[in-house]
Amino acid sequence: MKVHLTRRYLFSASHRLHCDALSEEANRTVYGKCNNPHGHGHNYALEVTVSGQVNSNTGMVCDLVELDEAVHGEVLGRFDHMNLNVLEEFSRAVPTTENLSAIIFEILKQNFGAAHLEKVRLEETAMNSFEYCGT
Amino acid sequence: MVYLTRKCEFSASHYYHNPEFTAEENRRIFGKCANLNGHGHNYTLEVTVKGEADPQTGFVVDLKELKDILNREVIDVFDHRHLNKEVPEFAQQIPTTENLAIAIWNRLEKHLTLARLHRVRVYELPDLFVDFYGEP
Repeated sequence: MKVHLTRRYLFSASHRLHCDALSEEANRTVYGKCNNPHGHGHNYALEVTVSGQVNSNTGMVCDLVELDEAVHGEVLGRFDHMNLNVLEEFSRAVPTTENLSAIIFEILKQNFGAAHLEKVRLEETAMNSFEYCGT
Repeated sequence: MVYLTRKCEFSASHYYHNPEFTAEENRRIFGKCANLNGHGHNYTLEVTVKGEADPQTGFVVDLKELKDILNREVIDVFDHRHLNKEVPEFAQQIPTTENLAIAIWNRLEKHLTLARLHRVRVYELPDLFVDFYGEP
């Protein structure tokens, strides 16, 4: 039986949405308040969904400790309480939550193999959330 | 096609133990959940059914009927119970959230007539939930 398991994590980070290819005015128009030169921050909620067959010996899809270690070590350790704009991951990409969710998906795909990575869902605020499934 | 989700809660105790594992293996694989004295959770169950809205009633499903089925098949059986000791499915099977979602699906599916079961979602904690879509 295939089941989907979702685990939720929290991290906080700052960013500024700004595209060097656009003029100052165009940046202000496109990104609005998010273009504030001094940046701003969010409490992000990350939901990681993995799937697989339920192991008949353990009753589990995967070891949650392994999933937690991968997310804490590779994602939260990298992004929590950081300024996203200065990180290597965003040296050529604007740190929108769209890009952040795709980057987190790719990081987890490389670093967690105990179950199939189905989806990353990232809440930037209680009103905005983004999902990336790797396609 | 319309999807309708009904939510309910139950509280239960359980422990994780495979008699084929050694005591050390049980502790290593199941961690704190292997404590044979058990522990408990407030579970939240979300049941999603799907179907066409009936042209006369505008309903996908009779909510009263769905609520009665949920109460009889899940709440009366699971709420304020010890899953390992009091729920037949878990006499031989470990009551993980994965197995709980499958057991609830199997209990509900056969009783739904008008709407079809789409998803069973079981929250063990606000930050941990399992979805089962009836996939083999």
